[in-house]
Amino acid sequence: MVIGTMIDSIKNLFLGASDRVSAEEKTRAMQKPEGEIKLEVKDLNFSYGDFRALKNINLNIPTKKITALIGPSGCGKTTLLRCFNRMHDLYPGSRYEGAIIFHPDGINIASPHIDLLDLRRRIGMVFQRPNPFPKSIFENVAYGLRVNGVRDKNLINERVEWALNSAALWDEVKDRLDANAYSLSGGQQQRLCIARAIAIEPDIVLFDEPTSALDPISTSKIEELIIKLKEKLTIIIVTHNMQQAARVSDYTGFMYLGELIEFDRTKKIFTVPSQKLTEDYITGRFG
Amino acid sequence: MNKKLNSRSDILFPILGFLAFLIVISFMLTLIIDVFIDGFEKIKDPSFYTSYPSRFPSQAGILSGWIGTLLVMAGAIFWSLLIGIPAGIYLEEYATKRGIFGKIETIIELNINNLAAVPAIIYGLLALGIFVYRFKFGESILTAGLTLSILMLPVIVVNTREAIRRIPRDIREGAYAVGATKWDTVRDHILPYSLGGILTGLIIAASRAIGETAPLVTIGALTFIAFLPPSPFTSEFPFIAPDKIWEVLMSPFTVLPIQIFNWVSRPQAAFQINAAAAGFVLLILTVLMNALAYYFRQKVRRKYIW
Repeated sequence: MVIGTMIDSIKNLFLGASDRVSAEEKTRAMQKPEGEIKLEVKDLNFSYGDFRALKNINLNIPTKKITALIGPSGCGKTTLLRCFNRMHDLYPGSRYEGAIIFHPDGINIASPHIDLLDLRRRIGMVFQRPNPFPKSIFENVAYGLRVNGVRDKNLINERVEWALNSAALWDEVKDRLDANAYSLSGGQQQRLCIARAIAIEPDIVLFDEPTSALDPISTSKIEELIIKLKEKLTIIIVTHNMQQAARVSDYTGFMYLGELIEFDRTKKIFTVPSQKLTEDYITGRFG
Repeated sequence: MNKKLNSRSDILFPILGFLAFLIVISFMLTLIIDVFIDGFEKIKDPSFYTSYPSRFPSQAGILSGWIGTLLVMAGAIFWSLLIGIPAGIYLEEYATKRGIFGKIETIIELNINNLAAVPAIIYGLLALGIFVYRFKFGESILTAGLTLSILMLPVIVVNTREAIRRIPRDIREGAYAVGATKWDTVRDHILPYSLGGILTGLIIAASRAIGETAPLVTIGALTFIAFLPPSPFTSEFPFIAPDKIWEVLMSPFTVLPIQIFNWVSRPQAAFQINAAAAGFVLLILTVLMNALAYYFRQKVRRKYIW
């Protein structure tokens, strides 16, 4: 609480009291996306130990669209992303309040009683640094199928080929599926991780700054791939690269100090944001 | 001025370092060469390896000694890995470190490191009380293996934990992110990737245990054994008789260090030659064991790099 007030007063100092986001304004800022909604975040508060990392997040993630989360370092964008597949639960001291409704079944992801294995099967994740397993290329993609009980060899072969194809990697690796995944380049490794995530046919794939460790060419390949994947999947991508958000996403949420400041169509956020704070960030006045 | 000083220390330190290295290696070489020269007469004699101990130095051999050492070490390695790896995995992956149970875990954790420093003879006394008197395993190969495994356990647990901690967090998260359970992750990732480090711990622990005499004397190892444990192998399928394995485990034994100690304490000069030769064999066994573990470790390391 004290820290929150302190941060608020610092914010005021820099931005001027008139720029403070009032609750009323904020509701206006949270534009409802058109079309079907996949995830409905309601009054989500998240804390590690005593630190409140996310404050009253309200957000609707549209189905089969790309939603980008942007904001300066430490704003909570990755924390929010990792709430969606409950990755925080691997470490002690995390606490969720509020709800994340997963449509169409309407289950609450933030509930303590949810089946985490099933959730993570349905919401895949691609990480900041490529993290293939030190196993063969084939095994990396097949792993998700195996832990989810698929034993049929033909089915596994079929799914692995499909996933590698969908990740635009098949042609590069089809002759060396038994080679260690670490023999691939960084960009290929990241595409392998995407193949691993989509092989089990999730509904949603979370991307946590997927290109921050890659060169520009690999980055553009991954971006093309992400755009192609939205035909079948709902995608949420965290990025600290605003150009990337502008290039790939349909909707963008701007976060600052654990709050969602504005959420709208990407085009609108990057041209006529309704919040002063968003505009300052987009135009590079801080961040 | 400053630069000159730097370049002088750049020359000085490697020289000092090399001298230090030379001292260490010359101790080592002197030892090996000395036992080799002293025991050469016996080392080159094949019957030395195939004879039982004897009152006559010329007829005495180390057959029961080296077979005893191999059997006891096999037992010690088996038991210490069987208990040490799960204990290490538990402490790293499952221990909650919260509540009263967590406090107990923390105490155990702190003391595992202390256990490695407990004198070996204390473990001998412990084993005498538990395995010999309480469980009635007798002065057997089974007891000896269990005793040395307690000695090795702390080192194995500590090394297992360190090996697990070296596995990047990303890899674990990658497994959980596709819906793997904790057990899936341990079985498919944690255990295979940490095997190299676990083997390193095993080398350190086993190298110490193979030369241990005190705890084995405490549990009642004999110095004069003129027979071998029964062979558990048969000519018929499945070539191993289960009841015979129990007999092997329960048979009395001696090990090379005890044999050496026995010979060194004899007045006859000829026995000193035997002692030197047996000492050389023990050194070679240790080196071979190290080489084997090194080979496996490199193999695992090459497979799992990140």
